[in-house]
Amino acid sequence: MARIVLDDLAHSYRPHPAGPDDYALKRIDTVWEDGGAYALLGPSGCGKTTLLNIISGLLIPSQGRVLYDETDVTRLPPEKRNIAQVFQFPVLYDTMTVRENLSFPLRNRGVSPSDTATRVMEVAQALDLVAVLDAKASGLSADAKQKISLGRGLVRSDVAAILFDEPLTVIDPHLKWQLRRKLKEIHDRFKLTLIYVTHDQVEAMTFADQVVVMYDGEIVQIGTPQDLFENPEHTFVGYFIGSPGMNLLPVTMDGEAALTGSSRIPLTPALAGKARAAAAAGAKLELGIRPMYLGLEDAGVDYGVAARINLVEDQGDCRIVTVSMGDVTVKARVPEGRAIPSQEARAVFPPEWTRIFADGRLLK
Amino acid sequence: MEKWDDNKAWFLVLPVFLVVAFSAIIPLMTVVNYSVQDIMAPGQGIFVGPEWYREVLHDPRLHEAFLRQLIYSFTVLAIEIPLGIAVALTLPSKGWKVSACLVLLALPLLIPWNVVGTIWVVFSRPDIGLAGVTINELLGIPYNYTADPMDSWLTVVIMDIWHWTPLVVLLCYAGLQAIPEAYYQAAKIDGASRWAVFRFIQLPKMRGVLMIAVLLRFMDSFMIYTEPFVLTGGGPGNSTTFLSQFLTKMAIGQFDLGPAAAFSLIYFLVILLLSYIFYTVITNLGKGVAK
Amino acid sequence: MSFSISKVDKRVGRETYLADIDLHLESGSQNVILGRTLAGKTTLLRIMAGLDRPSRGGIAENGKDVTGVSVRKRNVAMVYQQFVNYPSLSVFHNIASPLKLAGMAKADITARVGSVAAVLHIDHLLERLPQELSGGQQQRTAIARALVKDASLLLLDEPLVNLDYKLREELRTELRDIFSKRDSIVVYTTTEPSEALMLGGNLVVMHEGRVLQTGRAEEVYRCPASVTVAEILSDPPINVLRTRVDQTMAHLGDGLSVPLDGHLAGLAPGDYFFGVRSHHLFLHRQHPRDIELHARVELAEINGSETFIHMTYNGRPLVVQEEGVHQRRIDEAVSFFVRPRKFYIFDRDGALVRAPLFEDA
Repeated sequence: MARIVLDDLAHSYRPHPAGPDDYALKRIDTVWEDGGAYALLGPSGCGKTTLLNIISGLLIPSQGRVLYDETDVTRLPPEKRNIAQVFQFPVLYDTMTVRENLSFPLRNRGVSPSDTATRVMEVAQALDLVAVLDAKASGLSADAKQKISLGRGLVRSDVAAILFDEPLTVIDPHLKWQLRRKLKEIHDRFKLTLIYVTHDQVEAMTFADQVVVMYDGEIVQIGTPQDLFENPEHTFVGYFIGSPGMNLLPVTMDGEAALTGSSRIPLTPALAGKARAAAAAGAKLELGIRPMYLGLEDAGVDYGVAARINLVEDQGDCRIVTVSMGDVTVKARVPEGRAIPSQEARAVFPPEWTRIFADGRLLK
Repeated sequence: MEKWDDNKAWFLVLPVFLVVAFSAIIPLMTVVNYSVQDIMAPGQGIFVGPEWYREVLHDPRLHEAFLRQLIYSFTVLAIEIPLGIAVALTLPSKGWKVSACLVLLALPLLIPWNVVGTIWVVFSRPDIGLAGVTINELLGIPYNYTADPMDSWLTVVIMDIWHWTPLVVLLCYAGLQAIPEAYYQAAKIDGASRWAVFRFIQLPKMRGVLMIAVLLRFMDSFMIYTEPFVLTGGGPGNSTTFLSQFLTKMAIGQFDLGPAAAFSLIYFLVILLLSYIFYTVITNLGKGVAK
Repeated sequence: MSFSISKVDKRVGRETYLADIDLHLESGSQNVILGRTLAGKTTLLRIMAGLDRPSRGGIAENGKDVTGVSVRKRNVAMVYQQFVNYPSLSVFHNIASPLKLAGMAKADITARVGSVAAVLHIDHLLERLPQELSGGQQQRTAIARALVKDASLLLLDEPLVNLDYKLREELRTELRDIFSKRDSIVVYTTTEPSEALMLGGNLVVMHEGRVLQTGRAEEVYRCPASVTVAEILSDPPINVLRTRVDQTMAHLGDGLSVPLDGHLAGLAPGDYFFGVRSHHLFLHRQHPRDIELHARVELAEINGSETFIHMTYNGRPLVVQEEGVHQRRIDEAVSFFVRPRKFYIFDRDGALVRAPLFEDA
């Protein structure tokens, strides 16, 4: 188990990178605590796989260092790093039984047969694999196979971290949550540092205590799932987390309110002050609000912003309402059972859920 | 109506069926016909029943040729398969070197079989051949494949290895290339030795291609004719007379069509049987390893 | 055009892939076939396209039987899960390929390809080869190729399943708008209830080779004909509790009993299944008549804007949906609230007996 330090990392796949665009990873400088469950989340091409390969040792970064606790492992190959990895597709030794698969890493390290047997049994119990221990691994279902891959990492007592590369890709949708639960349980029980790469927000937020959101070669936010949802530090996080994503409107400041077209959206005085300062410094301002927090009231009320209902999409448990306010459109998520005004309405931006971004970064 | 629909596909198979009938089934039936008749002259045959089979099966020359053939095929397999795997494992996996290696390896496969024989005739001649002279003069080992049965036998085996190991290499190489990179990574992480990687990843993943390689090489070597015919003509004595040469001698040299036909069928059945045994053994071997 | 499928069965060997399928589709309609994997969705699409023949029954266009008519002779376009494009042709020539086959004039082809590419936002990529595109762009190209020829039957077999979820979300909205402007018959298969509801239109729920229910998507959602339909059309699946009803009360077991009033009034005594959707269980009291119960958390699954809390209540698995993102520890004790007015009632065979009323929600 280890604390992982990524010290000023950058990586380019080109031998002589010219500008920032040549870098797959731009600048990563962060510390991941021992025993934490981290998810690397981002769209394809954001650099998350590059980062994972640097942590596992398959790739040596163009610059910067990787430390496990105090040890510099930047140039060590995977086998010298005491990590384990679960791949996108189950990787098993087909000709071996489940028990032999689980014992394999210990046997290779010369652990005594009796210790191996004890440890294998312990892990098999944790992963519900006891019943199939003597079955041939290749005949099992995809989820059992992924559990065996994970088990091969868990049996080792010296493992610094277990890395997961989209491990649920081949799992049937209705079995996914059981495997997610198993992962959480394993994390609680073995207190391991887990790093999980995915493009799927559900996987990342369900699995991790801390989600690391990556975008275009950079880490844009590290936070709890709740943080990412309620306080996205970057417009990309607002857009990427949540379905539909955060509404983002270009605004200018006018006293205590943000202006979009002719609509005035009141802000808290503290936020308005910061926004005015940022605008004075030449930053481009955007206002963000989650569809869930955007209120829709009858046209008669004397607060909110004049709006027109364009489209109501029934999602079963809620309705997604597309609303236009002058030139801009926003989406509201209205729970089942709450009334929606027919055409003309007032869009209400509760100040406690209204965020302002300056050049993409959250004003705090 | 529905039945008709389903059977329509058979029409598409018909041309193939006709070709196979003309090229294989009818000739085979002719052979069956010959094997139970004593042919005096074209069109004049007397039915003799299993007479030829009895005669052929009791022929000591056949027994010798059969034993020689078995030893030869197993020797060739025992060397070519491990050698092929070993060479495939050492080939580079990417870059320009791959194509260079593959082209070099494929060269012997592209040479016509009788030319292979001729090359080795020249290569091994004790008076002017590169190999023959080297062994005799430089190493001081007396070597004459036309006179010494053992030398002759070894030369034929080595020629076969030179000619056919590349095929095994290419098949194994294709099998190795199909193994995803993740397996090697996982094995490294699990601390597996080079041997364990071979034993638990590469060998199991190569099982399919190895089976094809063993079957192909077995059948081919069991029917070997051209190269030893050109190289040694089956001699000295009968030391390199394999089954197919024996058969040819019988059919064309002595014009014993009846016994030759009976022998052909026995030969055919033996190959079929041995191939079946190989197939079953290899498919079960994989299962056996994992219990 | 109208398209009908009547009494179609598909068997291969002893396996039955489709049984007794009857569907009638009108032009300009959007139809979503929803079912889990192996429900027979792809088999049905292949039969509609003319790629496979049914073992029994037939398909007809405008009343004319076209069963077994080769797909080449029919005006059908299909999009697959995998991104199928011609690898050696540029995006332009990929999209243009069906028009070239039809022998259209060059100038017309250029115009048509241009306009379809613009609709799918790939007009700036026309010179590229498929391998130089991202997954989303490749699938857009495949969709453009299907749209360009104005096929009267447009079939899409889980077209978005191999894309990132955010791309899926965007493309789904775009596709719905594109479909609504066309007058062909669109058939779209999916395994995801949210996708089916989002696309709207007619919904066909399939399970194990049979059509279980058809209707407007919202109506099927509100009034599922059976427990199975409700399960297929809810993500997470609807909670189902075995219930015994006597003269005055419904006993859901483990001390939870509710009086027979509201939409439960007059229910005949006997055994039932009571179903309640995850968002009709609450973590906070919302109504004085809500019943409070206690459970343990199995897993909090965070689904973007909401949290699905999987829990065990007296040994039975239940799922509660909570708005927003909230983390919960495994084995944490929680209270939740049940509102009897939200129950679906299914009989012992799973058929719907009563659905909750939604007007008074």
